[in-house]
Amino acid sequence: MQAPPLYIDDVIDDREVSIVVCTGAGGVGKTTTAAALALRAAERGRNVCVLTIDPARRLAQAMGLTELDNNPREVPGIEGGGSLHAMMLDMKRTFDEVVEAHADPVRAQQILTNPFYEALSSSFAGTQEYMAMEKLGQLHGDTDAPWDLIIVDTPPSRSALDFLDAPARLGSFLDGRFIRILTAPARGAGRGLGRIAAAGFGIFTGVLSKILGAQVLADVGTFVAAIDTTFGGFRERADATFALLQEPSTRFLVVATPESDALREASYFVERLQEEGMPLGGLVVNRVQDVDRELLSADTALASAEKLSLEGGDTDLAARLLTLHAGRLRTRERQHHLTERFIGAHPGVATTEVAALPEDVHDLAGLREVGELLARGEAV
Amino acid sequence: MEQTLWPGVALHVVSGKGGTGKTTVAAALAMALARDGRRTLLMEVEGRQGISQLFDVPPLPYEERKVAVAPGGGEVWALAVDPEDALLDYLEIFYNLRRAGSALRRMGAVDFATTIAPGLRDVLLTGKACEVVRRSEKNAPDAYDAVVLDAPPTGRITRFLNVNNEVSGLAKVGPIRNHADLVMSVIASPRTAVHLVTLLEEMPVQETIDAVAELRDAELPVGGIFVNMTRNPVLTDEELELAVAGELPTDRIEAALRSVDFTDKASAITATLMHEGDDHARRVALERRESKRLEELDVPVLSLPYLSDGIDLASLYELAELLGTQGVR
Repeated sequence: MQAPPLYIDDVIDDREVSIVVCTGAGGVGKTTTAAALALRAAERGRNVCVLTIDPARRLAQAMGLTELDNNPREVPGIEGGGSLHAMMLDMKRTFDEVVEAHADPVRAQQILTNPFYEALSSSFAGTQEYMAMEKLGQLHGDTDAPWDLIIVDTPPSRSALDFLDAPARLGSFLDGRFIRILTAPARGAGRGLGRIAAAGFGIFTGVLSKILGAQVLADVGTFVAAIDTTFGGFRERADATFALLQEPSTRFLVVATPESDALREASYFVERLQEEGMPLGGLVVNRVQDVDRELLSADTALASAEKLSLEGGDTDLAARLLTLHAGRLRTRERQHHLTERFIGAHPGVATTEVAALPEDVHDLAGLREVGELLARGEAV
Repeated sequence: MEQTLWPGVALHVVSGKGGTGKTTVAAALAMALARDGRRTLLMEVEGRQGISQLFDVPPLPYEERKVAVAPGGGEVWALAVDPEDALLDYLEIFYNLRRAGSALRRMGAVDFATTIAPGLRDVLLTGKACEVVRRSEKNAPDAYDAVVLDAPPTGRITRFLNVNNEVSGLAKVGPIRNHADLVMSVIASPRTAVHLVTLLEEMPVQETIDAVAELRDAELPVGGIFVNMTRNPVLTDEELELAVAGELPTDRIEAALRSVDFTDKASAITATLMHEGDDHARRVALERRESKRLEELDVPVLSLPYLSDGIDLASLYELAELLGTQGVR
């Protein structure tokens, strides 16, 4: 079974494409893929902005990012006619900026100092995803900006799907029924309760106060009341960015490694994108064992190694190298089998494989090398 | 009696960067601790059903189930904890409110409560682990010899465990605060050990080092570092140096290959083997560098081999045995 090859250059050279989202399970190399792709696109003439979420220190340094400043900075050392801007997401600051931009100073202050806001903006499970979406919306909407292509890395969520779901969840949470019930006393008791009986409401707030404490509920109430009047609704903002991701100028790249967990996650994501009508660019399989599978089989290599070690003497080194080769072939076979299963379940998804590198990426040269490997568009 | 690495530890928390094999190591640890007639509980909290896939059993409900028999007659049990169910448990145990709890669930209020207070979710999840651990103090019939928690990844582990801190901003007094204190009395005590799974690569090692520092700052007990997927060097130290310099004896390798019938392909195979030797040598050098950085942490380091055929139930037994030889019992 064979998947159509994914030619990454066709994606980044296409001037109609203005957003590329790299997504996948944690630890599969999303950030490195996003950075390498951004560099490659820039050096092929695009004006690129790459939004990274939580890059490893040395990868950030490779792009000249030394601190979290929440604004794109131009990356020096780009060859060719394009340009590259890079930034790391500061979710708290992005959230603060949203508040400051949409509320009058007094109300903004009320929101920013509310203890519930503190918790929400720094540790709510979906805030990072929401703010990544928000930032993407901002970068895309900035018509004065020099970039025409935005490449986004996604947060290291429990599940890759969180990137799509969390913003809407947070939006609907803040817009939701229960928030309205909670703030109901401030609006006049009973209104907004709808079909929920007064008795149920009593249990509801009673238990919540028991668990959370009355002060928390009061904080939430104040927070929502403050935010409600100034925002055009969180859900609408989340919906708008979600819609942006459905446009034909967006491409999703699903990143995985040839391991069952990562590929399972990739499957979920591919299926979800299809459901949502979001444009899938293809699958990138990272960290594939690089080995020539045509040269000789694992069995032959092992048989020869055995023969050589029986002979003893100075043939021992060759024997050990043959054993090493056989091990690499075994690994490759297993990886191939897992990738085949994915392809079987999702025929037609363009796929490319990237060989595992012996060392991590530290500089632009390293990123360029990853970019080369990404662009091969074929099996390793 | 043989020495054990973590005497008196009843709760083993396993974290690690994504892709390092955290769930596999947690499962092998639960298996190793269950050997010789003991009984362990393996818990997961991220709703991934990783345990059921690993042990090849149907998806786990919110109910303790036996998933494997350990060597020497022990038992490994498993539990997938869901925040909603944990909240209902909590309401029942502390307030006898199960019926009200069910009503709240129907209204979607549970989801609301765990959303509104991010710390609440973690308190409930760690609280469940602590409830199981505390059974043994009460000599309950359903007590376990050890509990292994497949916890969130390294980036979130300190926040996840340091529930006290998490709820303090939200609830300065009140029942949830008391519950958090109870949880901390188990988690921040010698009864708990937080283990970190890593690979000998730069990024996961850096995350491990950062996590150890964070855990120590938060006064949480660091257990061990589990270096996963290690490979033994096939070259001697001398050969490794030659390989990196591109100076492995090509002639000798090619001659050896010719001697085993590879006449026409001998030079092509030699070139491949040379390239792979170089790759291997660079990888070994990297692993040794990273390994040294881990040793400086002054935490016991255990290692588990890379299995080129992947992980299945049989390999869990193999890994458990290997943990046994390294002082896990």
